[in-house]
Amino acid sequence: MAVERYLLPPDGADWRSLDAYRRAGGYEAAQRALQGLAPEAVIEEVKASGLRGRGGAGFSTGQKWSFMPKPGGPKPTFIACNGDESEPGTFKDRQIVERNPHLLVEGLIITAHAIGARAAYVYLRGEYVTGFRTLVTAVDEARAAGLLGSRHCGIEREFDVHVMRGAGAYICGEETGMIESAEGKKGQPRKRPPFPAVYGLWGCPTTVNNVETISQVPAIIRKGAAWFKSIGTPTSTGNTLYGISGHVNRPGVYELPLGTPLREIIEVHAGGVRNGKRLKAIIPGGVSMPVLSAEQVDVRMDHESLKQAGTLLGTGGIVVIDETACMVRAAIVIARFFRHESCGQCTQCREGTAWLYKLLRRIESGQGSLADLETIDQVGGYMEGQTICALSDAAAWAATGFLRRFRSEFEAHVHGKGCPLPESFEP
Amino acid sequence: MSEPSHTLSDSVKQAILAEVPKYPEPRSALLMALHFVQAEIGHVPLAVQREIAALLGLRPIEVREVVTFYPMYHEHPVGKRNIQVCVNIACALAGARKVVRGLEERLGVRVGERTPDGAYSIEEVQCLGSCGTAVCVQVNNEPFIENVRPDRVDDLLRTVG
Repeated sequence: MAVERYLLPPDGADWRSLDAYRRAGGYEAAQRALQGLAPEAVIEEVKASGLRGRGGAGFSTGQKWSFMPKPGGPKPTFIACNGDESEPGTFKDRQIVERNPHLLVEGLIITAHAIGARAAYVYLRGEYVTGFRTLVTAVDEARAAGLLGSRHCGIEREFDVHVMRGAGAYICGEETGMIESAEGKKGQPRKRPPFPAVYGLWGCPTTVNNVETISQVPAIIRKGAAWFKSIGTPTSTGNTLYGISGHVNRPGVYELPLGTPLREIIEVHAGGVRNGKRLKAIIPGGVSMPVLSAEQVDVRMDHESLKQAGTLLGTGGIVVIDETACMVRAAIVIARFFRHESCGQCTQCREGTAWLYKLLRRIESGQGSLADLETIDQVGGYMEGQTICALSDAAAWAATGFLRRFRSEFEAHVHGKGCPLPESFEP
Repeated sequence: MSEPSHTLSDSVKQAILAEVPKYPEPRSALLMALHFVQAEIGHVPLAVQREIAALLGLRPIEVREVVTFYPMYHEHPVGKRNIQVCVNIACALAGARKVVRGLEERLGVRVGERTPDGAYSIEEVQCLGSCGTAVCVQVNNEPFIENVRPDRVDDLLRTVG
């Protein structure tokens, strides 16, 4: 059965302009919600849909919205829309901002109605220059058409959307790191509590939602929670955008229901492993998520199934690795990333990420010992659950995940005094 | 060779001032302000950092700590064409290391250096968010150059210009 898309336009269609988006039924959900649904009713509908955040953590979106204070409080409230997408293997939000920017704007309008937000700040990663231009154009068009502003979509209430740019720091994808950055500071995450719903942007109540999460909302309002719940699995509902990259024939972003088998995504949608090689490893949801081995390829891509498999759905960014690749080198690339991106405020993360990288380098060069493998596990243990944000945990999971799944290959580097796969990619 | 001195141009100043009203606090315009400066000058010199601080009501160190925290800002000059090669996992699997080495050989400089004429510099960057079209390269802050082939670095340099 063909998948009914509602996030990405049909192949060949260009929905970037307001006219084109409207011809496809765009902004009808926003008009309906603002003119016919009370804010609480929108929140209830989104809760009933089972929508979970698409930024990595998978928290219930409706529940998150219900943490916001009732409108009319002493401080204005805001939406901080997270478009910093910097998790390696993840390139899905870019599809929305470059190909369907009005869907995001419409989602923001409905979200603002639900939680009473005065403005939304979309924090887009600085490298997405094309996405930035496309989204700013869409916002300007929407404002000129009366869909944003002091009287928007036919109601008297102030709401506007602003697009801002990050500047290359992965940590700004962490919700409080992003808030600090949006305020014009270093993107160092804040301690919680207080959570953003209490103390967010400029100290005001703020809901932080990922670009794809917000973009799910118009379809829920248009077609109803029951329809949304009929897609996916009972606890992972709706379509999502799976990004698939690495050693496959057709890398790209595919809109498919949550719970789609990983094997189907790789073999059917992405055209299988390249050059007739054998599958070796799969990172299922961005490099923060522990790696899977080829034997686990029949897992379904939803929150529960991946948890059972010892990993997490994360951002749904799938990286496929074939038999030619050295697993220690893959771990090095990822450890180097976390070492580079640690913001430095927590000792366990700042020092731990550097240690993991050095240990992996030593093993890869053939200078390592079996004791170094134990040290990776030990350092990883010191890094988990000890820090202000989850970057440290992610760095530990990634390194110890590779070691756990491919231990014999790590040991082969020690015993053979070097890499047993000389044809492997270089880190 | 000493660098020419730089000041905040009127057009950049106007662009920054137009950004300020979008936020409850002027400081929030800082990241955009630094992007504007870098697009014009290529880096963000200390003298200009001080001007931005004055414009947004900040102490100079509050600007500098942001400039030095974020990988996209350069405090010192880089090449006119700063070639940023993604070396993260999807690009690494597609041969990003060979792309970097090919650029180093052809330009005669290493990662982090610029050519003596100031025309080019090479930088390794972390995931650009284009994993499906690896290897991905970005020059300055222009749209991505995607699907770069490690055996076609000459083609890449022609595209870079």
